[in-house]
Amino acid sequence: MHGGFQRLAELADMAPAQDRRQTARRLLAYLTERRGQLLLAMVFVVLGTAGQALGPLVLQRVTNQLVDVSAAAVPLSARLVDLRLSMAMLLGVYVLGLLGFMVQVYLIGTMGQEVLGIMRQQIFDKVQRLSMRFFDQHEAGDVMSRLVNDTDVIGNFLTQGAMQSVGALLGLVMILIVMFVSNWRLALLTCLVIPPMVLLTQFISSRARDRYRVARETVGEVSSNLQEDLGGIREAQAFARTDRNLERFSRANAANRDANVSATAVSSAFSPAAELLSAVATAIVLGAGGYLVVQGQASVGTIAAFVLWVGNFFRPIQQLSAVYTQAQAALAGAERVFDLLDERIELEDAPDAVALGQIRGDVRFDNVSFGYDPERPVLKGLSMDIAAGTTVALVGETGAGKTTVANLLQRFYDVQAGAVTVDGHDLRSVTARSLRRQMGVVPQEPFLFSGSVAGNIRYGCPDASDEEVRAAAEAVGADAIIMALPEGYDTELGERGGGLSIGQRQLIALARAALVDPRILILDEATANIDTRTERILQAGLEKLLHGRTSLVIAHRLSTIRHADKVVVLENGTMIESGSHEELLAKGGRYAELYQRQFGDAEALPA
Amino acid sequence: MDDGVKQLDLTVVWQSCALLVGVAAGRAIFGFLQGYWSEVASQGVAFDLRNTIYDKLQHLSFSYHDQAQTGKLMTRVTSDVEQVRQFVGVGLLQLASALTLLIGSAIILLRMNWQLALAALAVVPFIFAVLGTFIVRVRPRFGEIQRKLGALNTVLQENLAGAKVVHAFAAEPLESQRFTTANRALVAEWQGLIKVFSTSFPLIFFFSNLGTLLVFWLGGAKVITGQMTVGEIIAFNLYLSLLLMPIFILGGLAAGLSRAGASAGRLFEVMDAEIEVHDRPGALELGAVRGRVAFEDVHFRYPGMDKPVLQGVTFAAEPGETVAILGRTGSGKSTVINLIPRFYDVGQGRVTIDGHDVRDLTLDSLRRGIGLVHQDPVLFSGSIRDNIAYGRPDASDAEVEAAAIAAQAHDFISSLPEGYQSLVGERGSGLSGGQRQRIAIARALLVDPRILIFDDSTSAVDTATEQRIQAALKKLLVGRTAFVIAQRLSTARRASRIVVLDEGRVVANGRHEELLASSAIYCDIVTSQLMGDDEAAAAAAPDLDPDVNPVPNPNRVPNPSPDPAAAGGA
Repeated sequence: MHGGFQRLAELADMAPAQDRRQTARRLLAYLTERRGQLLLAMVFVVLGTAGQALGPLVLQRVTNQLVDVSAAAVPLSARLVDLRLSMAMLLGVYVLGLLGFMVQVYLIGTMGQEVLGIMRQQIFDKVQRLSMRFFDQHEAGDVMSRLVNDTDVIGNFLTQGAMQSVGALLGLVMILIVMFVSNWRLALLTCLVIPPMVLLTQFISSRARDRYRVARETVGEVSSNLQEDLGGIREAQAFARTDRNLERFSRANAANRDANVSATAVSSAFSPAAELLSAVATAIVLGAGGYLVVQGQASVGTIAAFVLWVGNFFRPIQQLSAVYTQAQAALAGAERVFDLLDERIELEDAPDAVALGQIRGDVRFDNVSFGYDPERPVLKGLSMDIAAGTTVALVGETGAGKTTVANLLQRFYDVQAGAVTVDGHDLRSVTARSLRRQMGVVPQEPFLFSGSVAGNIRYGCPDASDEEVRAAAEAVGADAIIMALPEGYDTELGERGGGLSIGQRQLIALARAALVDPRILILDEATANIDTRTERILQAGLEKLLHGRTSLVIAHRLSTIRHADKVVVLENGTMIESGSHEELLAKGGRYAELYQRQFGDAEALPA
Repeated sequence: MDDGVKQLDLTVVWQSCALLVGVAAGRAIFGFLQGYWSEVASQGVAFDLRNTIYDKLQHLSFSYHDQAQTGKLMTRVTSDVEQVRQFVGVGLLQLASALTLLIGSAIILLRMNWQLALAALAVVPFIFAVLGTFIVRVRPRFGEIQRKLGALNTVLQENLAGAKVVHAFAAEPLESQRFTTANRALVAEWQGLIKVFSTSFPLIFFFSNLGTLLVFWLGGAKVITGQMTVGEIIAFNLYLSLLLMPIFILGGLAAGLSRAGASAGRLFEVMDAEIEVHDRPGALELGAVRGRVAFEDVHFRYPGMDKPVLQGVTFAAEPGETVAILGRTGSGKSTVINLIPRFYDVGQGRVTIDGHDVRDLTLDSLRRGIGLVHQDPVLFSGSIRDNIAYGRPDASDAEVEAAAIAAQAHDFISSLPEGYQSLVGERGSGLSGGQRQRIAIARALLVDPRILIFDDSTSAVDTATEQRIQAALKKLLVGRTAFVIAQRLSTARRASRIVVLDEGRVVANGRHEELLASSAIYCDIVTSQLMGDDEAAAAAAPDLDPDVNPVPNPNRVPNPSPDPAAAGGA
């Protein structure tokens, strides 16, 4: 798809090496943070490795005993006892290895999972703190892919790669010592292949990294596609669009497949190339060794031993480099996780933000300008007051900025000029939580969570008792409708409140807002989907709910507007009229015109 | 090499070196190709699996999706597929080569020295026992891990979808706690699994080491008693390591195999899920539709619910009629219209179009013949044009515009900076509820169906705009059968027939005037609506003409007492 290609192009000139190193360091910091655990694990890694290394030594001892010609003089029974002793030693070494290995697997594995758990929690907590603007711009499926798929590759690396590289390093150090002690010239010659090995590793891993990054991005796209299409599955079936959707999904899917294949094309070149280098090193040792033998500077035995050591020398190097290449996939995933963790929080509480105490509820918009895109302002110098305990009905055509006013009052976005204040506090100077806790919101489209009806009503107030929940539902007239559900308040709802009609969902959303007992109530004309008889019950409940609270109602219905203490008419991002319904009608201005059009006219048309 | 050193002839040495490198280069090329092609194959498998499951999900009935959770399904399509892929890529290849190596080296060992071989092979059953119990213990745990991952993903998915509500209610701590619980459960499951790992893998190594020990013990005794030479033991041990290597590989594969097995099981669950609503063998194509839609004694209940939603619904819409369906919240209105495009199958009775039972028609042809506007329409990310053309992607710009004009959407679309090319986000964010509904109406109109269904689709549109939509629809609906669920009486009154539902039964069926005269329930609805909107003094009067007094009496007090029937009957 388009986005994919664009991203591919962007990738060409991104991620300088320094950033990569930083990502790696940051990833490893998750491990080094737990120094105690890590150290303990290392002890057992050493134990396990020692167990592995000691085994051949004991076996060598056995062979030597068996070969020893002078032993022929020793009686058979004594030799058998000696053999048994060696076997006991061997068993001891193996048990040591077993213990070391067991504890090491356990420690490193549990630690890796803890780190992943922490990483997931960090992602989630970060998402909680991001402002609405982030959600306007990012696809949920991509965020989900970071939490699930990217942490998965990181996990593979942390638990397997980390363990392997420690063992490999130990092995490498041991063999190097042996080689240098035996013949430093040949040892140096063998080391000649290390620089090309490093270059090769860097060459391959840097290429693999970029491609793995594309693979991570494309799996994010697969996930986004999926999340959206699952949400719209009813539309897809209603419009018989399933074939075309599959085609679209298949494209994202193919892009991910190709990105993975292309990343592997690079990384799977690594192991064969390393083997080739190892052969080159052997050839060097043989050739140079032959020359040294001719010169009398080395014995044939040394050369023979060296040929074996070169193999032992390359195995850990190969392992290390393989881990390094593998790590590229993990680092590409980590980059995406860290990108999200580093996302700037637009609406963070100011460092000196105060927690609002019990508010009275005086709301004031003071010359507020705002646009979702600053270039295109939605509100242009809006000033209005809502006195504590009164209800203001916002009226205006679609696009006048009504919902934006509600968004700003909840501080989902920050104003670009002017200020929104509650009881004289600029919203930017108070903590978002203390503000929102005293607000109740009923959105136009009531979003419910999967879980019980009672759990949903309790959403803003998790400690509320069953009685309180029921009282809130009764207050807004939702009780009877909830009781008619199969399990009453315990009825389990599907995603987004599935299983309920929109009207039922709206009633539950009202009860949810009522339970919070907010000082400020924001109502985005939630009555539209409720049948008229239910609405009458609701109206009575609403009246009770609105009483004594500061309320901002985005109104479409006449009855709502009538009950408001003040009607504010928005047009083009500013307030053009305000006053009571009657005053405004009498004035014969814009409101009277709107009113005529919307309500006079509406019922006037013949059936 | 021996030759070269003996004769001190360096050319032989050089040649050998060149040969060595040459052979290694050949191996490298094959090694690369093997790695590359196995990735191509495994990615191909993943691609196919994802497409297959996606396609299946697209075709599973509403009843499945009513209960499924997006986060969990997504986990299957991404994470579970990946687990299967990882095993298919490397695992199968390794499994094959490990088994070959195992059998081959066992034969060689037996032929070298059957006594020693039997001693060494004695540990193999133990190893397989460890492997076997490992697989048995681990597989359900991997299944549980994937399930817990799905649960975790669901918390995140809902949190993202409902971000605005989360923020509005300052419910971040509650959400974090929900996530933490799910996250902890997942970590704990993993750590339990690692405990099993830590007692299995090392044991396999240990047992194979014991094999070596046995060979040296028995072999050593034989050497001491002169029955064997040291060289034989050393050679034997070399082959033993060839036997043990595939066993280690099998140990490693066991984890991959169990994990892939658990994930594959979860994938098959989706693939094998029954598509409840499917084409009957020999189903007919719905050809040219006249548009008579009839419900004949239809009963229906949602899966998992005790209470029936519809209990013997019978009514018919004649071709060209517009039927308004009224009723209280929860009375079964949306269910009735969901049965026409056969999103669910009736429990009893039947729904017919032009006399054909909808179950005898192919789903594709049936649904293509029906245009539907949902209560809560979903728009897709993409341009507004693409959204309107959702059901007919090849429609021309002029057709798209015409549909938008009829749905009263053209004006606001044109006022957007990029017009029809403006992008809308997930679920159509960036547009108001009313704007989204109008785009959904345009989307349904563009399909040009003979049967149109509006499920409360103008609820978020202001009354004036709704009037304009109705006026435009009047022309469009000529010759089409339409079903309209609406709360506003003004919409219902214009219908050629009004069907009132209550508790899943039809309690009134007829024209506005007829029902005013005959149906108490309908009169009650009319009254309550007018009271609710505070309109017109002559609320219950038979001659309803609210435009007598378009500016209502401001002193009128709304009826404060809720309708006892509504409250009690619900």
